Amino acid sequence: MRIAIVDESAVRASIIEEGLAELEGCQIFVLTERHALLARIQEIEPDIVLIDLGNPSRDVLEEYFAVSRALARPIAMFVDEADDHAIAASIDAGVSAYVVDGLAAHRIRPLLDLAVKRFHAFARLQSDLAEAKGKLAERETIDRAKRILMDSKQISEPEAYGELRRKAMQSSKRIVEIAEAVVTAHELMGGE
Amino acid sequence: MSEELTIGFLPLVDACLPILAHERGFAEEQGLSLRFVRDISWATVLDRLLYGHSDAAHLLAPLAIATTLGHGRPAQPIAAPFVLGLNGNAITMRRDLADRIAPGDQLGDSRAVAARLVDEVQTQAANGKRLRFGVVHRYSSHNYMLRYWLASCGISPDQDIEIITIPPPFAADALAAGEIDGACVGEPWNSVSVERGVGAIVLATAQIWRRGVEKVLALREPVLEERRPAIEALIRAMRRAGEYFVDPANWQSVAALLARPEYLDGNEKLILNAISDRLVLRQGAEPVHYSDFMFQYREAANFPWVSQAEWLYSQMIRWEGLEFSAAHAKAAARVFRPDVYRSALIGTGDILPGASSKVEGSVSQPTSVTAQQGDMVLAQNSFFDGRVFDPDDIPGYLASLT
Repeated sequence: MRIAIVDESAVRASIIEEGLAELEGCQIFVLTERHALLARIQEIEPDIVLIDLGNPSRDVLEEYFAVSRALARPIAMFVDEADDHAIAASIDAGVSAYVVDGLAAHRIRPLLDLAVKRFHAFARLQSDLAEAKGKLAERETIDRAKRILMDSKQISEPEAYGELRRKAMQSSKRIVEIAEAVVTAHELMGGE
Repeated sequence: MSEELTIGFLPLVDACLPILAHERGFAEEQGLSLRFVRDISWATVLDRLLYGHSDAAHLLAPLAIATTLGHGRPAQPIAAPFVLGLNGNAITMRRDLADRIAPGDQLGDSRAVAARLVDEVQTQAANGKRLRFGVVHRYSSHNYMLRYWLASCGISPDQDIEIITIPPPFAADALAAGEIDGACVGEPWNSVSVERGVGAIVLATAQIWRRGVEKVLALREPVLEERRPAIEALIRAMRRAGEYFVDPANWQSVAALLARPEYLDGNEKLILNAISDRLVLRQGAEPVHYSDFMFQYREAANFPWVSQAEWLYSQMIRWEGLEFSAAHAKAAARVFRPDVYRSALIGTGDILPGASSKVEGSVSQPTSVTAQQGDMVLAQNSFFDGRVFDPDDIPGYLASLT
């Protein structure tokens, strides 16, 4: 079975590719470029095309599939109504599937299940990353606030941190919020 | 407690009415709380609607009909109780081509522009080439209007030129790269091409059909039944939003609102031009005013005339080479739901036409028509070639077009 993964996010595409690699007898093609997409699809002649919902090329691809009805191997939106749950799950995960006409549902479903799992895995990875990035930014803000206090009040680093912490406790706020206020005030007062 | 409705949309100026209903408090007045899901392809807007990520969507009217008839996806009945607007699209061509077929600093005459395009098509053909135009979707009024114009002027849209699908945000790039020679897209995307100097506007679609149906508010039919009171409340809120939208005093603030990152994430100046019916045809030129370029409110513009759906169906079978089917025509007609529009607005004093269907293109001067409520005057709604569409005789209409 020939599977084309169309995704402008190369990272996500490779995560899905890796997940599908465990399926036997599948050849996987990853398409991350918008340019000449249809020509590539035509070359590959996939049995299944997986494309993320946020991909701007979906309408172009669907047009190609609509025209492909005249070809030897027409491709359709995954249409087996008995498998509506599988489609709903894939749409929920953010991926849509197009399948060559006549491909049996029992061959499609495991693949779709895997793709959904990998999409979810990617989404988790992304939110972990966002969280890590957020934490890093918080760290930086607190460091900047400490330095401002150390310079302006001629105090040590532990003392500066202690001040931020005390103020946070008094006003029942998070330390990073106090640090942000310090940094903003400093900027307003003409600091860097 | 306010009831929540989730609405899918594409970042286009004609998504304005639900957005304004939300942002200017009209939805809240009706006990509704609106949430928006923005996407970048119609396929995804439609999938979200079909799989319940959204309750209603800003959708291409022909796509609502195609989905009901099962073109491209398994058939699912879609209901459109409200037209989000008429026209608002334009045809932009690469600069040199535009300069030849639409010279001058005003919008040209639809026929004269097409006559010059015929020469271009013939020149290309002599070199074994075809011009290539982009439209936003196979099932779009952009596609049908462009084809209607070309065919009526003797250019076969399938033989003499080539029409491909192009996402509007990439139209300017495609023009710049020479991948297409022109595009029929909604605003602000024509103006983006003009501003970048890669294209010039040659025609507004309002010059092809003066009152052409464009986007609709689409729902799955079962959702319309289940959420009927909320949908009727939304219709009332959007009528109020329309009244607000067409008031020149609000244009500046509406443009600023629509330009925000969560909505169009676009250029405020270009959006302001579109909503005030002004178009900059060429880079650096002064804006040209073309009245009713967009048409969102007057003359009960949002009323879903059954005959509009039937015209779209006629074009669908025309261009897909399908046989006319009375059953399909009926199913297509049923997508538009004037009954819901009426029941939402009866008693509000808003204008409601007496009929639900009309001979499209038959009004050549302001004409009073029977109204169920209020005073109803229809202005000119003709097709540029003077043809009229009688929904009672679709086969006859189609025969007259060949």
